[in-house]
Amino acid sequence: MSPKATKIAVFIKALPKNIFSGFVVSLIALPLGLGLAMASDAPPIAGIIAAVVGGVVVAVLGGSHVTIAGPGNGLVGVLLVAITTLGIESAFAAIVCSGVLMLLLGFFRMGKLANFFPSSAIQGMLAAIGLIILGKQFHIMFAHRIQREETLAYLYEIPFTINDALHYDDRGLIYAMCAGLLSLAIMLFYPKLRNKYLQLIPAPMWIVILSIGFSYYFEVVLHEANPIDKAYMISGVPSFQTIIADLHWPNFTKVGQLSFWTSVFSITLIASIETLLSIKAVDKLDPKKRRSNVNRDLKALGLATIGSGFIGGLNVVTVIARSSVNVNNGATNRSSNFFHAFFLIIFVVLFSTQLTRIPLPALMAILVYTGYKLAAPEVIKKIGSIGKEQLVIFFVTLFMTLKVGLITGILAGVLATLLVHVFLNKNAGLFFRNVLKPNVLMFQEDGHQDFYVSVKHFCSFLNYYKLKEKLDAIPEDQDVIVDFSLCRFVDHTVMENIYNYQELFKKRGGHFGVVGLDQLDTASKHPFALRRLLRVPNLIKKSLTRRQTALEGLAEDYGLAYIPKKLKDITFLNQFQFFEMKHINHIYNRLMYKSDAIALFDIEFYEGEFIAKEVIRSTMLHIKLNETIPEFSLDKEGFLEKVYALAGAKDITIKNHTDFSNRFYLLGDNTQQIKRFFNDKITRFFESNPYYHVASNGGALLVFRKERLASVKEIKALFDFGKRLKEVVETP
Amino acid sequence: MTLKPFNSIGIGVAFSPNLKANLFEAARLAVFFKAKLFLIHVGETSADKTKMLGVILKKFEKDHLDFEVVFQKGKPVEVILAVAASKRIDLLVLGAAQRERWVTYYMGSIARKITRKAQCAILLLIKPSVERVPCTHIVVNGLESPKTQHAISTAYYVGTRLNATTITIVDEIKEETVTTQVDDDKSLRRANIFKERISIKENKRIKTIIEAIPEAYTQNITVKLQPVFGVRGYSIGHYAQIARADLLVMNAPKAMTFWDRLFPHDIEHILSELPTDVLILQ
Repeated sequence: MSPKATKIAVFIKALPKNIFSGFVVSLIALPLGLGLAMASDAPPIAGIIAAVVGGVVVAVLGGSHVTIAGPGNGLVGVLLVAITTLGIESAFAAIVCSGVLMLLLGFFRMGKLANFFPSSAIQGMLAAIGLIILGKQFHIMFAHRIQREETLAYLYEIPFTINDALHYDDRGLIYAMCAGLLSLAIMLFYPKLRNKYLQLIPAPMWIVILSIGFSYYFEVVLHEANPIDKAYMISGVPSFQTIIADLHWPNFTKVGQLSFWTSVFSITLIASIETLLSIKAVDKLDPKKRRSNVNRDLKALGLATIGSGFIGGLNVVTVIARSSVNVNNGATNRSSNFFHAFFLIIFVVLFSTQLTRIPLPALMAILVYTGYKLAAPEVIKKIGSIGKEQLVIFFVTLFMTLKVGLITGILAGVLATLLVHVFLNKNAGLFFRNVLKPNVLMFQEDGHQDFYVSVKHFCSFLNYYKLKEKLDAIPEDQDVIVDFSLCRFVDHTVMENIYNYQELFKKRGGHFGVVGLDQLDTASKHPFALRRLLRVPNLIKKSLTRRQTALEGLAEDYGLAYIPKKLKDITFLNQFQFFEMKHINHIYNRLMYKSDAIALFDIEFYEGEFIAKEVIRSTMLHIKLNETIPEFSLDKEGFLEKVYALAGAKDITIKNHTDFSNRFYLLGDNTQQIKRFFNDKITRFFESNPYYHVASNGGALLVFRKERLASVKEIKALFDFGKRLKEVVETP
Repeated sequence: MTLKPFNSIGIGVAFSPNLKANLFEAARLAVFFKAKLFLIHVGETSADKTKMLGVILKKFEKDHLDFEVVFQKGKPVEVILAVAASKRIDLLVLGAAQRERWVTYYMGSIARKITRKAQCAILLLIKPSVERVPCTHIVVNGLESPKTQHAISTAYYVGTRLNATTITIVDEIKEETVTTQVDDDKSLRRANIFKERISIKENKRIKTIIEAIPEAYTQNITVKLQPVFGVRGYSIGHYAQIARADLLVMNAPKAMTFWDRLFPHDIEHILSELPTDVLILQ
């Protein structure tokens, strides 16, 4: 077959998977789109328009692979300001202009501009945006709509709103508030429930389904009107025909005003920062380990934004939570972005009247949760653990953004960072004298494949782009050494990015070494927690928990070595397909048999990002094999697996073992070899033993059962199973 | 063909704490290169000073050091340039203490002026020392330029005379020559293939230069070719610093074209940072 025909064949083969993940994403995009638009005071449909236009345009023209485009969380704050100061029609004009700017950013390859912002300042800005979203929507969640001039006033009034809500006597308001609080509870507790049927529908969609169901229950079963106050229902979701009929054109009469351009610039700034951060995060999740073409994506998003602005939609940006849901549901290419748009159109065409049955507080609870996630105490704690000076930068940006505005806020953050750096080094000359020098040298020694990168003088957010440019020119499956020994100062932004590179290289089979920092810390005596980010934390708990003591006892009984310490170097797990879209934090409570032939450990990993993030702790068994076997994964066959089979995943059947084939769901690329590997003995072993999930990466097996920690008794059973499995696999 | 680029060596003499170290370095070079040493002093002719210099250089008598003290009044830069021209000096030695920042800058600026105007080679010493620090590793530029042939053969000459073991020829390739912009995996692969192709081509060019040098100078020295994609004039200094080179040999800027208006900027980098001892050739 010609390469082109092969490509088409691969595309068609992957299509069902992408349609499926596009569908799941549309389930989360629908409520988010409505909510984000309403939070920015735009008509609810504006969010859906943005998602639809974004989905179609970026799917066709974009340069990334598994990202989803749509209305962004970060933009709520700036769009709100734009709409209140300019009016909705001029705001659409501002959106169109920001689309043009983004297009230009893409054409001039300015994707690197986002690197000029210190990461703590960006964190501060995002937290401020979170507080803006949370502050405004919190009141609506409690069915208590208020109008204030200042962003901070919304935050001050939260206690009063709660107090008022406790004294409601209007039944409509009480119901509305309950809907809001219940939805918030769903958002909060959904990630903790690990039921695969429940997890099939994202939490925001559960809120939509439950509230529409609730409304129908009153109408059809009780024959009553919906008890929720009319003022707190979504209004103005027009039918599809009316959307087409009253497209309002943007109004460009205010282009001469300063406030118009301030809005345009802040919208563009946030849109590009959110996009670039999201693309960076999603690239790490891509199971096919591809590199996104950032500038091409910017162009596509700019074009999509122009289109969306013209037909009354919000800005189109790359969004992290929806993209991570997309990856987790098996998307492999941009077509899933297209199908997410397609399903959104279908929802609006078929169910636009049903959407008016959603109570506003329920929808706003989703946004309150989003806002909370952006400004969560964990974020502050994490920044504080990096260093106190980062907190200063963070809070300066946060406060200035809330008090004055976005552009002032981020500029204040940049200035604060610069001052902090000068103060810490007690030396401004180091920065001013060297900032323009091409201080990064990269070369490959003659006849060697590894890359060597040396950085001179200092490396901070001011000149990080130079380092990034060099690092981006290295394929991620190669070996790199970055040498900071000629550097007198390295800031937190650089360290964080270096850490990200390390993760990326690790995932893609390369190696990213950093040298010269130890010397730096002692030489310059600055208290930056730079090494803290790279160091493997040795958190030896002084007192063991009860489970740990039990494990210690078990280790003694069985002659195993027991190490409770956290281990961050988990390269040996990266080769398992199971972890391709997951991010492992660490493993701990290791029990080792025969040095590490069989290792049992607790593991903490997460899937999804941002509001779709779910942290999971589980107990797993890792068996090193002395021989190579085909790669496969073995699961219990259930209803869901049958659904997946429809989406293109093919279960391998083993001849003469119908019981095994019916009960187990066997997946793998190399069907022939797998069939040969599952001989009578191995198949019988699986048939006659309790069920475990078993995955092979060719040289090792990973065995586990539940997505939760195992009890001591379960650990014993798991260990026994593993030992016997190793014997069965290794004896010919 | 025999190489003998340096027949006379000049050094500016100021009665500073570094005098002895500077003199010793220059005298050692004169001995190694079998060249005549001119000690240039800015000021009135003085027998005392001549005598004192003679005492300091007594140690080199057994090596048959031939030296001459030249006195001339005027501004330091002008005097040094004038004497260098009148005495047909081939190599000017300038001491620049790297430790003291302002001295480096000061020396940098004097050296810059001299480098721009001088017709001879300039050697900047960052750590002049009374005891000899052996020079084992020389880094030389391999830019595609008519002067490069001269730079590389001089590096071999110096290397042979000073018993260096390694010469690394750093070929700074402008990043603009790589026309492929890295956007995604595909363009990255293309860019890397392109770079490899350029490197191979450049290495071939440099190998022909080396082949033209008499074997007497090349046989005892290991040569390394190092293509570097980066800013010209800066990357090589950075490389020399990483490679812990003892001497960096560079082409001086060609005079009078538009490009050379830009080039001094690069040599300024080298001068303000002085990664190692630097030999600038005309």
